[in-house]
Amino acid sequence: MADIPHAHGARPRPLSPHLQIYHWSVTMVTSITHRITGVALYVGIVFIAWWLVAASMGPEAYGPFLAVAGNPLGQIVLFGFTWAAAYHLLNGIRHLAWDIGYGFVPKDAMWSGVVVVALSIIAAIGVFFWAYTVRMGGPVS
Amino acid sequence: MKSETPLHRVEGLGAAHSGTQHFWRERITSVALIPLTIWFGFAALALVGGRVVDVLTFFQRPWNAGLMGLFIITLLIHSVIGMQSVIDDYVQQPGLKVLSLLLNRGFAWLVGAICLVALLRIVS
Repeated sequence: MADIPHAHGARPRPLSPHLQIYHWSVTMVTSITHRITGVALYVGIVFIAWWLVAASMGPEAYGPFLAVAGNPLGQIVLFGFTWAAAYHLLNGIRHLAWDIGYGFVPKDAMWSGVVVVALSIIAAIGVFFWAYTVRMGGPVS
Repeated sequence: MKSETPLHRVEGLGAAHSGTQHFWRERITSVALIPLTIWFGFAALALVGGRVVDVLTFFQRPWNAGLMGLFIITLLIHSVIGMQSVIDDYVQQPGLKVLSLLLNRGFAWLVGAICLVALLRIVS
């Protein structure tokens, strides 16, 4: 039960060792990161919505969007969303592989976690590198 | 796809108030989101640093508008299920739990409506 342990006036019950007791492993880090990136991307949908609405309302509304997306802070946030999306996508594929029974042996789950983290960073940097060089070198929207 | 177990149909709702449906829906949307997200990434890259006209002409192509609509809807369904599991895990107080679950759904309907209306305005 995930209930409050002392709720019913009983003697405090013994608790099992909690999170901070354990030595952090690759699978633990990738698991909680999947959740954190998921929640972050949930918020990121608002940004996509703003993009669409701004575009639909014409240049006067698109300007402020570009200003926010293009300034350094906006770029950092967008880089964060890009990395979060890359990570959640790649780690999601890892989860789907587990679901159909592949790679669930601890050793495999560990190295695939390292691969996912590395690839997500490469992908995010690659997207921004492309945006800044191949695409006219201007600010990214 | 029939994702309901016979036991669920017989017994109705269990302790989780639902059966395997959300589990399946989460996975089906995640598979669909693999190509859709990659498409969106390339679409966004193609429109980077551009003028509003480029965005409008891009979405005025039926394929792009359709894929964007699908992306938004699939993304929102997946997001609602994901956020619900986060709420189920961390929000313990019953009143607050119901409120957050409602807000979660409300967010998706609201954002979904806004995005689709914006898309329709661009297309028309």
